[in-house]
Amino acid sequence: MLDGLRLHPVVKLVAQRIALGILLLLAASVMIFLGTLVLPGDVAQAILGQSATPVALANLREQMGLNDPAWQRYLHWLYAALHGDLGTSLSNGRDIATQIGSRLGNTLFLAFWAAVVAVPLAILLGLLSVRYRNRWPDKLISTLSLASISLPEFFIGYVLIYFFAVRLGWFTSVATIYDSMDLWDKLSAIVLPVTVLTMVILAHMMRMTRAAILNVMQAAYIETAELKGLTQFTVIFRHALPNAIAPIVNVVVLNLAYLVVGVVVVEVIFVYPGMGQYLVDHVAKRDVPVVQACGLIFAAVYIGLNLIADLVSIVTNPRLRHPK
Amino acid sequence: MRIPISALIGLFFTGGFFLMAVFAPLIAPYGLAEVVGDVWEPRSADHWLGTDNIGRDLLSRMIYGGRTTILIAALATVLSFSLGSFLGFTAAVIGGWIDQLMSRLVDLLMSIPTLIFALVVLSVMPVNITTLILVMGILDSTRVYRLSRAVAVDINVQDFVEAAKLRGERRSWIIFREILPNALSPLVAELGLRFIFAVLFLSTLSFLGLGVQPPASDWGGMVKENKDGIVFGIGAALVPAAAISALAISVNLVADWVLNRTSDLKGGRGG
Repeated sequence: MLDGLRLHPVVKLVAQRIALGILLLLAASVMIFLGTLVLPGDVAQAILGQSATPVALANLREQMGLNDPAWQRYLHWLYAALHGDLGTSLSNGRDIATQIGSRLGNTLFLAFWAAVVAVPLAILLGLLSVRYRNRWPDKLISTLSLASISLPEFFIGYVLIYFFAVRLGWFTSVATIYDSMDLWDKLSAIVLPVTVLTMVILAHMMRMTRAAILNVMQAAYIETAELKGLTQFTVIFRHALPNAIAPIVNVVVLNLAYLVVGVVVVEVIFVYPGMGQYLVDHVAKRDVPVVQACGLIFAAVYIGLNLIADLVSIVTNPRLRHPK
Repeated sequence: MRIPISALIGLFFTGGFFLMAVFAPLIAPYGLAEVVGDVWEPRSADHWLGTDNIGRDLLSRMIYGGRTTILIAALATVLSFSLGSFLGFTAAVIGGWIDQLMSRLVDLLMSIPTLIFALVVLSVMPVNITTLILVMGILDSTRVYRLSRAVAVDINVQDFVEAAKLRGERRSWIIFREILPNALSPLVAELGLRFIFAVLFLSTLSFLGLGVQPPASDWGGMVKENKDGIVFGIGAALVPAAAISALAISVNLVADWVLNRTSDLKGGRGG
């Protein structure tokens, strides 16, 4: 069908990948819905506990529509979610979409600034580590990255709070932000959480940047550039870096996807009013509609970023640009 | 055989942590839930690490907590390994639509962040040790599945497997007697990394209050118990957090060494 249109191969690949992304998101929404059906009793039982009377159980089941078959409830839920209706919370009866709105903004604010700090820093350190390959800056950087994949977020977080907030008193230990604060106050409130998130994603990005550039450095044109007598920095910045951009961008986007997970723990450490804190609170309360809504949003962001990473590598691949 | 110094350090501490876990009741000076002093007492001769948020001996809690952390993480790793490698080998040997189905299912599971999916499931499951092991083991088996399938696909086309198939051996023979022994070395290196992931994952869940439930406690749960002391300058929460990091780093050092050794071996054999 599409063959008649003689689509450019890049367009075709991009369209295929986007279609796959949408399919994946749909399937993920099924998984999230199924994930809450695995329990031995049902949601009503979980909310009311083992000692609930049969009448109360029946009422709650009726109220939540639990008597309908699962696939019907799923379609209902998905249809409403696509129209921006995420249902109401079981624990406080409030509309979930309005509650999530401002929190999602706060979480994106935190993740955005973590990315703004971490991405340039990771690329810079990766370049440094190529420039001083196998010498002490390179070794120091790789030791640090081994440490950072082994350290849980809360260790880094509480060490920072202990020393910089409690001992030195430079920052507050709790990162509170609200709408009426101006940007500068907001930024100074999130210095510590941004630092933790940066440290968590920095190592991987740095290592992959280093690997991507080293890979390019083996090409013949790099040798030519070196033989022309160019300085090491010119060779790395002007000749190697542009050709390593695609894999670097890919790694950067994948790490931004990791931020989605890191942010949950970091928000709890700093009592930050975001999506992660909201999700964790409601898991403990067994508030299933809230958990499903948050799960869906987190999964959508994660799948979306993975999709962007793949699209970037398709678009930047020069071999696909010129059809045979 | 020369063992590099970093691997020696890693082996020493990993061994130490495991011995501590096994002999916990013998070495802990006080009981797990025994209240022996005031809230957050500083370090003293009686309580080497001080006391915790309700006056229990922190050192004893650390020793028992380490036992819980290591035991649950180890069981989850065993589950994820047996499940992941068995399904991965099976997919590679059988191939066809079964392989396609399982691989796409794994892609799907991996498209949702592990922590988020675990939280979704834990919101409806009773939170106990069995649930934790099952959730962690099953979610993490996807990564083992991918690795073992990839390794097994390579082995499956080699002559000795062809020979076994022509002899008319059953599939279970092919999987356990032909593929498994040859896939062991890359899998062993992965074992350490999966164990670290399990330790960090369990600690995170417990820190969020959704893992091991009180009065029992693992290191992650102890961070949660004592975190309110931090703002008063009491570092009790930093002790279990540091222990988690130390365990993860030591196992990482060993895994790194095993990984390098197995890839050296591969090179030595011309493959």
